[in-house]
Amino acid sequence: MASRNIEPRRARRLLPRVGGRQLVVGVPFLWLLAFFLLPFLIVLRISFSEMDGASIGDLVVWADQQLSLTLRLQNYITLFQDDLYFATYGHSLVYAAVTTLVCLVIGYPFAYFMARAPKGLQPLLLMGVMLPFWTSFLLRVYAWKGLLDAQTGWVGRFLAHVHADQLLVPLGLIPAPGQFMYTPFSLVLGMVYTYLPFMVLPLYGTLSKMDLRLLEAAQDLGATAWQAFWRVTVPLSRSGIVAGAMLVFIPCVGEYVIPELLGGPQTLMIGRVLWDEFFSNNDWPMASSVAVVMVLLIIVPLALLNGSQARAREARP
Amino acid sequence: MIATPAGRWTGRAWLLLGFAFLYLPIVALVVFSFTDSPVPNVWAGFSLRWYHKLAGDEQIREALFVSLRIAAATATGAVLLGTLAAFALERFPRFRGRTAFAGMVSAPLVMPEVIVGLSLLLMLVSVQRVFGFPERGLTTIWLGHMLVGMAYATVVIGARLRDLNPQYEEAAQDLGARPVQVFFLVTLPMIAESMLAAWLLSFTLSLDDVVMSAFLSGPGSTTLPLVIFSRARLGLDPTVNALATVVIALAAVFVVASSYLIAARERRRFREGRAAGGGG
Repeated sequence: MASRNIEPRRARRLLPRVGGRQLVVGVPFLWLLAFFLLPFLIVLRISFSEMDGASIGDLVVWADQQLSLTLRLQNYITLFQDDLYFATYGHSLVYAAVTTLVCLVIGYPFAYFMARAPKGLQPLLLMGVMLPFWTSFLLRVYAWKGLLDAQTGWVGRFLAHVHADQLLVPLGLIPAPGQFMYTPFSLVLGMVYTYLPFMVLPLYGTLSKMDLRLLEAAQDLGATAWQAFWRVTVPLSRSGIVAGAMLVFIPCVGEYVIPELLGGPQTLMIGRVLWDEFFSNNDWPMASSVAVVMVLLIIVPLALLNGSQARAREARP
Repeated sequence: MIATPAGRWTGRAWLLLGFAFLYLPIVALVVFSFTDSPVPNVWAGFSLRWYHKLAGDEQIREALFVSLRIAAATATGAVLLGTLAAFALERFPRFRGRTAFAGMVSAPLVMPEVIVGLSLLLMLVSVQRVFGFPERGLTTIWLGHMLVGMAYATVVIGARLRDLNPQYEEAAQDLGARPVQVFFLVTLPMIAESMLAAWLLSFTLSLDDVVMSAFLSGPGSTTLPLVIFSRARLGLDPTVNALATVVIALAAVFVVASSYLIAARERRRFREGRAAGGGG
């Protein structure tokens, strides 16, 4: 960092930077204020308003000073009284949590074995994880629709063949044997599939930077390999776990495309409810309230993620 | 844990199964684009009929054109803003509002798109009510995609900036270069590759986005993912498989070619570095 110990001579030279520096910070800052923060504040204020009839005309409430000062809580009261909304928020959180957990269980060993693979092989493995990013996510989710069909799909036939139904039905993941599509199972599978790389990449980042001598030290002190893994490796990769979990959990809560394509009647998620309020019911204030509550739900995970990213930024080599 | 033979085999099996999981849908898309059956998960002999149908599909061609234009504009804007944002975050350890800035840069990365799309649309509608513009269309979709693209660009470019040895920049400064010169003559060439990567990533993301586009599109600005999504919702359509295969082939050629070029450059740089080291 250039500014760490500025000698007077260099400080003089840095002075003209002030103009450029304000530009460098200012342009993206203003952009984000205008197109990220301001829109959200508008959503917040619309969420406290109501529809007047079927028209969207009442959105100009904010032009009218007197009206704008009355906060109408009707939308929020509906949100908390109507069981549908409550259950949907609950579902979304549960499905997001289950997805995160499955991603961690699959992704942690995956990232671990990647990080311990021969050094020459690692760039190739890394590219293998990132390559799916470059092909359409929408098309890959769509592909599962065909794969999961119990009669004709590759995966569906395989699952039927190994009698996975016997496990999935008691778990409540599929309603009846032989029906994999449009169930909680297909929804979670689609989300795990989509977000697994977001779990693997940060984990690989921390695991591959780990000092392996610490494991030797643990072994010298009498720890078994298993103990060393749980008491050295896992705690050291905590920042990767947090980052990965949040990168999976937060977008999953509000996911729309995957529930719409792979989910069914049992798997109503809040992203779909927001979508329907907006596009089908044309109730913009209600959609805004749904969005505001969703943000409140993910604000703690967001803070966790920001914290871990800030720490990563500080931990320079 | 991996030193034992059993551990090694578990590791290999786990990686293999993981990659199989990641690539199975891609393989299936490609395989069933060549089937001679109207249902794209049944193999009924080899045929190119879905490619013929794709070539004659007016709706897809138009949507593709719209999408490509938006994606190119998005990627360019996202890289410009992302470079500035990454530079601000990596090179200026403190400025007013830095925490808020860092939060806002990375939030669109994870923020559910329904929220970002809805809020941006409601703002644009409010603006339109007052000023009479912008109409919903290419520009509004572009604005939305820029938010997400910029977040990714900042991450990619920021990671590169963080890895750079600050001594190069400091040396240039000590030799009398002005900050602008330092940036354009020293920093920029060193982060150019990451900027290209960020451009490609934002391009791909924009080309793939459904939710944001659905909120922000207007009449005459239907993007390709919106067409695919509306067809995928109805059921399976082999034309979509054919389209997917084209997309995958293009992406594969592109990624392999660019990684080959980067690897060649790395090797050259390594040789030059060794020659310089040996000579000095």
